[in-house]
Amino acid sequence: MKNEWPLWEIFIRGQHGMSHRHVGSLHAPDAEMAIKNARDVYTRRNEGVSIWVVEARHIAATAPGEKGPLFEPSESKVYRHPTFFDIPDEVGHM
Amino acid sequence: MYAQLIKTARSGITSREDMSEQEREFQDKIDNDIKIEPRDWMPDDYRATLIRQMGQHAHSEVVGQLPEGNWITRAPTLERKAILLAKVQDEAGHGLYLYSAAETLGETRDELVRLLHEGRMKYSSIFNYPTLNWADIGAVGWLVDGAAIVNQVALQRTSYGPYSRAMIRICKEESFHARQGYHAMMKMAFGSPAQKKMAQDALNRLWFPAMMMFGPHDSDSTHSEQSMAWKIKVKSNDELRQQFVDQTIPQIEYLGLDLPDEGIKWNEERGHYDFSDPDWDEFMDVIRGNGPCNVDRLNDRVAAWDNGQWVRDGLMAHARKKAAAKVAAE
Repeated sequence: MKNEWPLWEIFIRGQHGMSHRHVGSLHAPDAEMAIKNARDVYTRRNEGVSIWVVEARHIAATAPGEKGPLFEPSESKVYRHPTFFDIPDEVGHM
Repeated sequence: MYAQLIKTARSGITSREDMSEQEREFQDKIDNDIKIEPRDWMPDDYRATLIRQMGQHAHSEVVGQLPEGNWITRAPTLERKAILLAKVQDEAGHGLYLYSAAETLGETRDELVRLLHEGRMKYSSIFNYPTLNWADIGAVGWLVDGAAIVNQVALQRTSYGPYSRAMIRICKEESFHARQGYHAMMKMAFGSPAQKKMAQDALNRLWFPAMMMFGPHDSDSTHSEQSMAWKIKVKSNDELRQQFVDQTIPQIEYLGLDLPDEGIKWNEERGHYDFSDPDWDEFMDVIRGNGPCNVDRLNDRVAAWDNGQWVRDGLMAHARKKAAAKVAAE
């Protein structure tokens, strides 16, 4: 049986971070060891206060080829941004 | 830097006319500084060259732990020992970031390690030189990590996303390495005459090996052109070496040490320091396996891998047993 440890993706939430961010990956036999290794590899300098680990094979992702159909439609919808609307200064902060 | 003599998996440079439509789009992305990501289309030779370069870079980080690990138990103070431990631990982390980045291209870490152990992949020539005394540890941090930073700062702009991100992370940590080394050198250089003599000796011995880290002259670096076009390499060997010399000379002068090379002279016209060539025959000889420590370094790595086999197997067996028990319980 092949004994290469599976790959885990590591997500860290920093002290003032709003959410967990992907920081990299590492190999570990199970989730418990993945968390221990992530602590050693990715939080040696106060980078985080919380760690998530996910085995890489469980991550589903968009394909590079789908970039156009998925993300281009939002490019033409500038009215979704507040700066699209000119509000007179007299109205005050909105 | 930590990557020398990387053979580009393609000879010469491909002109735009000779590119396929797909390759032209790929080159456009690179020319516009759009990062290439793991699942994007890329030429096979780009992928192969990157695996070689990142693999060698990763191996260098890991093998680079050996000459410094050599002095952990003999550090002069508890503080220096803690600092050196932290630095060596960083190197293990740097190796891991780079192996992870290489793995996104479909090559497993175990496979890269196997190629190293079979002598089919290399690590930087610098780590085949010994660290004979404590001054060498200061000099390694200052000069070797200093040289590595020059190269790695440039590589933050490399075209492959995961490699670039690994470089950004590594550079942040690497400046601690160079500074702790220079700090140790300051202590020696400003210490007793015997300490100063040791500092000078370490500088003299490590100067030229550090210069070799940048690889041969651009004129002899036949594989660079395509790698530069692909932005796998961002600056040429000679450019990086000059940058390293220019930034290091004032640091030597501050320490009050003699310059390690009689050829070092400020060149007003160029606005750079002139300096002598390292012995390129020696460089090639070390690359071919005949440096002072090549055999020891590889033996140590292979032994560490082999002696750790039971731990890797044991933990994997335990994880499988636990997973099976969990399935049975459900």
